[in-house]
Amino acid sequence: MKKIKKIKIKINGKIESINQDSTLSLVLKNLKIPLNKVAIELNEEIIDKKKINKIKLNKNDKIEIVHFIGGG
Amino acid sequence: MVNLKKDSLIIANKKFNSRLIVGTGKYKSMSECAKAIKLSGAEIVTVAVRRVNISDKNKPLLMDYIDPKKITYLPNTAGCFNSKEALRTLRLAREIGGWKLVKLEVLGDKKNLFPDMIETLKSTEVLAKEGFKVMVYCNDDPLMAKRLENSGADAIMPLAAPIGSGLGIQNKINIQIIRKQTKLPLIIDAGLGQASDATIAMELGCDGVLVNTAIAKAKKPFEMALAFKNAVISGRQSYKSGRIDKILMGNPSSPSKGII
Repeated sequence: MKKIKKIKIKINGKIESINQDSTLSLVLKNLKIPLNKVAIELNEEIIDKKKINKIKLNKNDKIEIVHFIGGG
Repeated sequence: MVNLKKDSLIIANKKFNSRLIVGTGKYKSMSECAKAIKLSGAEIVTVAVRRVNISDKNKPLLMDYIDPKKITYLPNTAGCFNSKEALRTLRLAREIGGWKLVKLEVLGDKKNLFPDMIETLKSTEVLAKEGFKVMVYCNDDPLMAKRLENSGADAIMPLAAPIGSGLGIQNKINIQIIRKQTKLPLIIDAGLGQASDATIAMELGCDGVLVNTAIAKAKKPFEMALAFKNAVISGRQSYKSGRIDKILMGNPSSPSKGII
């Protein structure tokens, strides 16, 4: 059986290992991210949440997932 | 009688009945925060944009406690020290769910937390062009307030005193000058310590106040939330009622005619 190649990406500053050719949508799904309550950046560019299933991730990609928290 | 029901606060064409805006930071828990907000009667709350904790997915979410359909979320750029960071934060905030009404706060010094007005002005111009409705935290400087207004700000939010200091309004004259020169909503942001500070702000003619620390860190936050609610109503009512002139000497309240 062909072994699935892994790549390393950064999510919210933490290095994570994911399967090569994973979509952004799959990674967010695995992290159980409630999409309606967050915003997502890929390499410092805001991503349209409707298009995440079309975005394939590459080695060293940087993802930021943010939401609202208490603040003044 | 003053009909306060019809005396709405209008920001960027949106009507609000409450003139008290509260922050959602520094509370012991989300439920404490939610209850304090309810008691304050606030219809707008400031919120921060931060990374999702991806290792602890069970952490409670602010939106589970404060319904953004019922309370207007005002995304804030607190913690940003330059225009680039502030713009990035607010563009992300807009993406979360279409938030266009935002609070811009670009700080310039980590100790006194005064706003960096050069960066603030730059950011206001960009945000206004991008279609944001920007409420701008600023220094109590009438000239800068005017420049913000000319740059497309939707509300002017001068500080009373440094953020979290609880010192109350330090420069009433400047606030009054800003009041005289602008028709934009004028909201005192930062530095209030107790309910009477909010009353003073409203009596100076401000359209509202924004309070976080003074409620969240009071010994009894729920009672303080209520106190601020009443203080804002009281100050507004007092302002609208037209105060008497100040005179140096006494003026008796009882008639001098018929004294025995």
